[in-house]
Amino acid sequence: MGEFKVHRVRFFNYVPSGIRCVAYNNQSNRLAVSRTDGTVEIYNLSANYFQEKFFPGHESRATEALCWAEGQRLFSAGLNGEIMEYDLQALNIKYAMDAFGGPIWSMAASPSGSQLLVGCEDGSVKLFQITPDKIQFERNFDRQKSRILSLSWHPSGTHIAAGSIDYISVFDVKSGSAVHKMIVDRQYMGVSKRKCIVWGVAFLSDGTIISVDSAGKVQFWDSATGTLVKSHLIANADVQSIAVADQEDSFVVGTAEGTVFHFQLVPVTSNSSEKQWVRTKPFQHHTHDVRTVAHSPTALISGGTDTHLVFRPLMEKVEVKNYDAALRKITFPHRCLISCSKKRQLLLFQFAHHLELWRLGSTVATGKFLVSGKNGDTLPLSKNADHLLHLKTKGPENIICSCISPCGSWIAYSTVSRFFLYRLNYEHDNISLKRVSKMPAFLRSALQILFSEDSTKLFVASNQGALHIVQLSGGSFKHLHAFQPQSGTVEAMCLLAVSPDGNWLAASGTSAGVHVYNVKQLKLHCTVPAYNFPVTAMAIAPNTNNLVIAHSDQQVFEYSIPDKQYTDWSRTVQKQGFHHLWLQRDTPITHISFHPKRPMHILLHDAYMFCIIDKSLPLPNDKTLLYNPFPPTNESDVIRRRTAHAFKISKIYKPLLFMDLLDERTLVAVERPLDDIIAQLPPPIKKKKFGT
Amino acid sequence: MVEEENIRVVRCGGSELNFRRAVFSADSKYIFCVSGDFVKVYSTVTEECVHILHGHRNLVTGIQLNPNNHLQLYSCSLDGTIKLWDYIDGILIKTFIVGCKLHALFTLAQAEDSVFVIVNKEKPVKLPKSSSQEVEAKELSFVLDYINQSPKCIAFGNEGVYVAAVREFYLSVYFFKKKTTSRFTLSSSRNKKHAKNNFTCVACHPTEDCIASGHMDGKIRLWRNFYDDKKYTYTCLHWHHDMVMDLAFSVTGTSLLSGGRESVLVEWRDATEKNKEFLPRLGATIEHISVSPAGDLFCTSHSDNKIIIIHRNLEASAVIQGLVKDRSIFTGLMIDPRTKALVLNGKPGHLQFYSLQSDKQLYNLDIIQQEYINDYGLIQIELTKAAFGCFGNWLATVEQRQEKETELELQMKLWMYNKKTQGFILNTKINMPHEDCITALCFCNAEKSEQPTLVTASKDGYFKVWILTDDSDIYKKAVGWTCDFVGSYHKYQATNCCFSEDGSLLAVSFEEIVTIWDSVTWELKCTFCQRAGKIRHLCFGRLTCSKYLLGATENGILCCWNLLSCALEWNAKLNVRVMEPDPNSENIAAISQSSVGSDLFVFKPSEPRPLYIQKGISREKVQWGVFVPRDVPESFTSEAYQWLNRSQFYFLTKSQSLLTFSTKSPEEKLTPTSKQLLAEESLPTTPFYFILGKHRQQQDEKLNETLENELVQLPLTENIPAISELLHTPAHVLPSAAFLCSMFVNSLLLSKETKSAKEIPEDVDMEEEKESEDSDEENDFTEKVQDTSNTGLGEDIIHQLSKSEEKELRKFRKIDYSWIAAL
Repeated sequence: MGEFKVHRVRFFNYVPSGIRCVAYNNQSNRLAVSRTDGTVEIYNLSANYFQEKFFPGHESRATEALCWAEGQRLFSAGLNGEIMEYDLQALNIKYAMDAFGGPIWSMAASPSGSQLLVGCEDGSVKLFQITPDKIQFERNFDRQKSRILSLSWHPSGTHIAAGSIDYISVFDVKSGSAVHKMIVDRQYMGVSKRKCIVWGVAFLSDGTIISVDSAGKVQFWDSATGTLVKSHLIANADVQSIAVADQEDSFVVGTAEGTVFHFQLVPVTSNSSEKQWVRTKPFQHHTHDVRTVAHSPTALISGGTDTHLVFRPLMEKVEVKNYDAALRKITFPHRCLISCSKKRQLLLFQFAHHLELWRLGSTVATGKFLVSGKNGDTLPLSKNADHLLHLKTKGPENIICSCISPCGSWIAYSTVSRFFLYRLNYEHDNISLKRVSKMPAFLRSALQILFSEDSTKLFVASNQGALHIVQLSGGSFKHLHAFQPQSGTVEAMCLLAVSPDGNWLAASGTSAGVHVYNVKQLKLHCTVPAYNFPVTAMAIAPNTNNLVIAHSDQQVFEYSIPDKQYTDWSRTVQKQGFHHLWLQRDTPITHISFHPKRPMHILLHDAYMFCIIDKSLPLPNDKTLLYNPFPPTNESDVIRRRTAHAFKISKIYKPLLFMDLLDERTLVAVERPLDDIIAQLPPPIKKKKFGT
Repeated sequence: MVEEENIRVVRCGGSELNFRRAVFSADSKYIFCVSGDFVKVYSTVTEECVHILHGHRNLVTGIQLNPNNHLQLYSCSLDGTIKLWDYIDGILIKTFIVGCKLHALFTLAQAEDSVFVIVNKEKPVKLPKSSSQEVEAKELSFVLDYINQSPKCIAFGNEGVYVAAVREFYLSVYFFKKKTTSRFTLSSSRNKKHAKNNFTCVACHPTEDCIASGHMDGKIRLWRNFYDDKKYTYTCLHWHHDMVMDLAFSVTGTSLLSGGRESVLVEWRDATEKNKEFLPRLGATIEHISVSPAGDLFCTSHSDNKIIIIHRNLEASAVIQGLVKDRSIFTGLMIDPRTKALVLNGKPGHLQFYSLQSDKQLYNLDIIQQEYINDYGLIQIELTKAAFGCFGNWLATVEQRQEKETELELQMKLWMYNKKTQGFILNTKINMPHEDCITALCFCNAEKSEQPTLVTASKDGYFKVWILTDDSDIYKKAVGWTCDFVGSYHKYQATNCCFSEDGSLLAVSFEEIVTIWDSVTWELKCTFCQRAGKIRHLCFGRLTCSKYLLGATENGILCCWNLLSCALEWNAKLNVRVMEPDPNSENIAAISQSSVGSDLFVFKPSEPRPLYIQKGISREKVQWGVFVPRDVPESFTSEAYQWLNRSQFYFLTKSQSLLTFSTKSPEEKLTPTSKQLLAEESLPTTPFYFILGKHRQQQDEKLNETLENELVQLPLTENIPAISELLHTPAHVLPSAAFLCSMFVNSLLLSKETKSAKEIPEDVDMEEEKESEDSDEENDFTEKVQDTSNTGLGEDIIHQLSKSEEKELRKFRKIDYSWIAAL
């Protein structure tokens, strides 16, 4: 495996923002997640829960509701009173439309998908017609006296239930008038609370309305008579969300105590058709409020203030007990937020609204410690890490991507509407920053930025699907070329890789294959055969110009760019297959790099492990131990050689956000311990724990 | 008096009432619980024992109401029989012989002709319908295997559609219709998080398909949808911090009751976690919970041998308390001179007063008066010694707690009997009366002694004499105990102390040496030393033998010293475990321990030859014994039994069964209460009854006289035996109506011979007696009644025979005279 000095970086003070809404799309098996900062992420559950798309947030656009309509169209609404539609191909916002009802608290698409309903602050429920390229206001329902916090359609589309403060209204869609008004009990554990907020409603096809409220109750109402049928007190705090399965045989609720409760429709006796709703299992995967839940056919999905997105598979629905049946917790984004300048040992951290530039610390204890020190020893720092730069963005928009050039003298970042390029000058310890002005209009927004190894070229993937090459020299730049997307496609490219010699550029979109461009001749060189799963990371090896591609199903391919075909090693790997434990990892590979002196090594990492693939060694089969941290030193060389295999895995650093090789013997690892994130979150609801 | 039979060792109550779930009668008037070899029937209102159903020859392991006739009760026992009882009259109706050890019994209304028992494999037993009293039940069919023996781990659900059984980490559900078993497994203890996932008990919802299971870690799981191996689901309810001991659903199934070591009954309403009610401070671990079929009462059985009857609104309404046998007995057995109750350690920190006659705890005296914290590994304050003095006016108790070798907490308390409150009141509390553990405690019980005196002997080498003196109260009314004298002998540990009967001498043993002290001057009079090991027991002879002092040593020597000659009178090699003098005679009982078992020797100190020897009284070690004076002296003439005339000897074995010696057959031990209940009149026999009853009888007589004068004598229906018999016999034991009809009609006929009509009742009485002996002659009995009513005066002579003569005759009839022919 080789020995490295490791910079163990823990000063990346990244806190993901809390999850506000999730919306599950059954057709495409995708999950849309919106966060409190307005970011919307799309997870492909079929592709190993990979976060394949994201829409950057905006300070004023806090989403309160998210829904899929008319198949694959995604809408969101928020407290700025606007309804937005997202373009899932070009990865931008199609349009935003004001509903003119004040902040929007809830939104629901009709069962047919052709209508959209929003509940507003002023108590109005507005119906919109979805047209092929826009939405159109149709009419208002009877206005209620307080804000509409939750909405649910009856599956037939004839009635809707709307949860407000202290009551639930049932509307007839045709007439738009309220049919019933059901008052919710304010009592909370015998104490009368000021208000009872109905956080969620669900309308079932048999006419039952399920409501969840701030008094901790889950209540069943008969919509025909407007009466309360059954009440379950499940929490001492608010029950904030509800989601019903499509079959209407189970539903899930999330509480402010971080507990998710599963309710199931269970026959009362084996031989009768009578069924009842029973609270079955509680799941405590969250520490903070569960703001939103979703119910996919096989799993319960929940997200909340503690920023985790949790997939809890339903064992009885899982056909085969494979790795899909395991619990998944997604905390970190599946893309790189960190770039590194190897030459100057700089790290650029990307936050939602600012960038931080740090210089790594160094140690003088080289010779003695390295000779005598054991593996795992901590070296004393002679110089602490420096926080060199704090670069705030202008405007309310979040940063999409950022990059520092390998030489450390350029920083580029982009928001939705603007592209920024800075030139850094180092004079001893001082840094001066100069913005390169007059960026061309076509560089308005970038999805991915990359500098060439010699820092003379800048590659920008714009959200129109074009790839721009910009020549950098001194303090100025020159636009060299733009690779336009193939005619007819508007798909955005979101991953870039350039060969160290600067000849080749690989670009990958969200679904189509990887395109390799010849930078010298400025033309498309070849396209790597398309694969079913999205690319999570790629890199081009020095000298050989082999493109290594990691996919979300944990497959790794090596493609020779000059030969335009997969390498022999890649073919052997595909023939033999990866170790089953390797395929069962649940975080994608986010970064790939190479060792300059050892051409047979590929370095890659995901959030929980760092791996060096040694192509010269035999591949492990399912019987061998994949994770083999310390090969026994006392055994003879024969045994060591026999047990050695291509995958050298280290799990010392986790959660690992970034790992790269600074030089031949030095690694930098950026960790973000979960406890540090929790420490920066607001305190959770205090619960009495027995025995404390 | 009774014929003297062999002296037998008999269990005399105090058996576990909490061995199995108690069962309510259908009308919630009675509660049944197993108690050793018996089944006890208590009234839920008065807490009194109404009947004791005896007949089993081994531990009763299960009771259930007959689902087809709720006036009948099934019971099963380790002796391999199932018995059917009429509990109102306390009559055994049928015995079914199964033949293997039965561990638990379940009945189902749906399975009419079978019951379910746990043998080493659970099987339902078909009960053949037969009128004869003893039936062999052979038809066994196998239902479930790999189950726990405890009936708590089996439950029948939803009208007998399925049966659920738990064991370790498995829940098995057997469906009778489909004849299939589903098994659900919880992750086992290997996983640290689920270290205590074991199932402990199970209960089934009465109307829904829902199984509740209790677990080691205090969780309750509610299983549903369990007919599908995959879609099954469960809910967790968690309040208990320790093992869930038992679960029960209410009759309607709306609430679930659970209990455990917290001694709190928890009612989960609607099976939701947030909606629960508690009944706390029940005193001891809840072992079982049962629910009355009427739904108005619950009851909990506790580890301290107590049954609490609880109203539906969670209010305890009655307590049935047996002998507390929860813990080890330090104080030994004592007799309270006032109540004649047996006194010993009871609940933690309490002395219990237990009535041997009524097998009932009279009351608990809280000695330690501190909150008992029930936690494993906690060193508690133990009540180690207690003694009554001055005819029950004083009670001395010693409590100690030793955390480490050097840290001893010792406290002696003296309690005075208060006549006004009829209880003991703390008078003096002495902290650290000695430097080390107190080994013996005795009062001077001489009648003439004017000043109460108490002697304590301790391991610290001293014995102390405590006397009651005026306290420093200006009114000279308060009294208290102070130390009067401290004695020692060469720094040897004082091991025992004992006053002579007249209180003039005090014997204190210091390891191997016995010292005799004058109780007036506290002078050392003389010493005895036998060099035969430490003295374990010491006692003076009584009455005519008061000149003797007895000592038993650890090396198995029993010595008898003559106090007049100051010499050893005799000694014997006997490993004495328990030595108790009879307060009413010279007799001394000694129980010796050998490898085989324990033997009893009764002797007088004046002669080394024992009066009575009974070998093998118990296989276990006997820990304590005591003589209990009889209220009414017996009059055994045989020399061997004379020692039982004035007192009865009780002893307690290591497994804490209270045993005694009896010559009576168990039938005769039947308490008279059960017979009272059979009395014709439903009027209780109160003093008022006797007054009123006599008055009424006189009135009746007068009325009769007047009637006689006026009318043809029409017999009152009450007086016709056939009718009264008809009305008072429980319906299920009556013969068919065809028999009854003719009898009934005949009885209404006016016979000319009034005399013979008067004769009949006697005859019926006699027949009835016989019937209760062996009721398989039921059928000819009714025929005979017919016969007798038809026959005339000719048979008068026979009827005039006394009952005993009649019995004799019957015996003769039964005796086989065929041997004469062979001559």
